[in-house]
Amino acid sequence: MTLTYEDVIAKYEPVLGLEVHVELNTHSKMFCGCSTDFGGEPNTQTCPVCLGMPGALPVVNEKAIESSILIGLALNCSIAPFSRFSRKNYFYPDMPKNFQISQYDEPICVNGYLDVEIDTEEGIKKFRVEIERVHMEEDTGKSLHVGGATGRIHGADYSLLDYNRAGIPLVEIVTKIVPGTGKYAPEVAKAYVAQLRDILRSLGVSDVRMEQGSLRCDANVSLRLIGAEQLGTRSETKNVNSLRSVERAVRGEMIRHAELLNKGERVVQETRHFQEDTGLTRSGRSKEQAEDYRYFPEPDLVPVAPDAAWIEKLRESLPEHPSLRRARLQEQWAVPDKEMAAMLNADALDIVEETVLLGADPTRARGWWLGEISRIANESGVAIVELAITPKDVAQIVALVAKGDLTDKLARQVVEGVIAGEGTPQQVIDSRGLKVVSDESALMAAIERAIAAQPETAEKIRNGHIPAAGALIGAVMKDTKGQADAARVRELLLAHLGQPNTINP
Amino acid sequence: MSQLSRSDVANLARLARIDMTDAELDHLATEMDVILAAVARVQEVATPEIAPTSHPIPIHNVTRPDVVSASLTPEAALSGAPAQEDNRFRVPQILGEEA
Ligand SMILES: [Zn+2]
Repeated sequence: MTLTYEDVIAKYEPVLGLEVHVELNTHSKMFCGCSTDFGGEPNTQTCPVCLGMPGALPVVNEKAIESSILIGLALNCSIAPFSRFSRKNYFYPDMPKNFQISQYDEPICVNGYLDVEIDTEEGIKKFRVEIERVHMEEDTGKSLHVGGATGRIHGADYSLLDYNRAGIPLVEIVTKIVPGTGKYAPEVAKAYVAQLRDILRSLGVSDVRMEQGSLRCDANVSLRLIGAEQLGTRSETKNVNSLRSVERAVRGEMIRHAELLNKGERVVQETRHFQEDTGLTRSGRSKEQAEDYRYFPEPDLVPVAPDAAWIEKLRESLPEHPSLRRARLQEQWAVPDKEMAAMLNADALDIVEETVLLGADPTRARGWWLGEISRIANESGVAIVELAITPKDVAQIVALVAKGDLTDKLARQVVEGVIAGEGTPQQVIDSRGLKVVSDESALMAAIERAIAAQPETAEKIRNGHIPAAGALIGAVMKDTKGQADAARVRELLLAHLGQPNTINP
Repeated sequence: MSQLSRSDVANLARLARIDMTDAELDHLATEMDVILAAVARVQEVATPEIAPTSHPIPIHNVTRPDVVSASLTPEAALSGAPAQEDNRFRVPQILGEEA
């Protein structure tokens, strides 16, 4: 029997843990001068250091340390006065050295927090997500599995390795366990990643593009009976590559765990892989045999010991905190609380701001992104940022409506066309022939036709019953396929029937 | 006093991907224990005032500026690879492990 989410939360309390990996946007790699550019030809960005050649010596990228400290400061962490790199040993060809340089027991930042807000039917709720650590490490190479049916590692005949990504600076941000979110666990997880991403973007330390893998989230979930002290066994879901997936993965794992527990079975502590198409996870490597990486201090690197002056200099360079920015924009744009929450939930703040910066009225810009565009995004099951419509397109559409070249109704068709890949707003207008019928004689002809079709209605209007005009205006709009300006039609119609235009539609 | 059991040695061998016979395990369990005991004498001179160290010289913050330098050509990078394909390192089947 499949449980519903309501069944799960009636009986169990979820406990979250989130690990986020961020690729820093430094020009060069963590320990060598190879370029970090995305999308280069295979193995064109490697050197003896990142290929792990014998005798090659790593040297730490100063900017990567500064970016890590900035992240720690923005997350209210303490910056460790002394921290070290360690070798994490494992046999897997994605690291040519057979170990990854990481930080183990002495990370650069510890003990922070991030307050996240979510919009619920009970109003805005705040949750504090405590940060356990922020540490530096290096990314791995990319594998391509050849043979087998699915491109997956199982059943592959052999694998091909590209080490361009090996050694790109990576920062891992690990939360403490997050209890007490109850039924809001999926939303809290999503909001945490979204707000973390906003902070990282405002710091300018990463491209934070989930779809390209420069921000990756692992979601740990466990359940315990409500009121129980002891934590349940957790699963760790990897591959969660969009905000929406974070929410789906947490919800899906909660249901899967509850089904196992209800049947009296146990949850296996393991890594699971999120499947974007089904929203389910599949089992990866089991962690029953605890991983043993044999960490030891990296002998080729000396400790990092940032002094107070360095840290303070970095603290002074911190940009406006995203929570302050949100408050500022809400005030500038005069957005009601509830709608502000909706905008954050739809992850639309940046895109609305860009649209406003391109000259659109804030209320109009918000209306399009959260209205028609969100509706289309929901129908297609994607985020608004993934649609083929840009802030520039929306700003142009808003301008065309303001100028009277488009009615709202026509503008909706333009939005639809742009999203369908028909080109820029102007191209959609041209190819679909969407233009406000401002030709007065064409409008008058349509008005005449409407009157002829509904003579009794016209008579009522002539006798001063103005509200009846709506039916005729509707007919004219239909006749002109919505391409007329309704206000102008009303003016012309009433004048034609000898009535004053007293009420604006 | 034995510090390292035979099963410890077997576990280390597994982690290091070294296939060992029973006889080798028996032999190494004894031998490595003796080596550990010899090294353990260092602990006798270590006092609480001495901080654990990972580096012989007390220096820190050795960094480089974030500047790109030339990489190897793919040909040079792959020149020592036992097998390659499409400018990528070709490695044998990884089997039942996933990343
Ligand atoms: Zn390199």
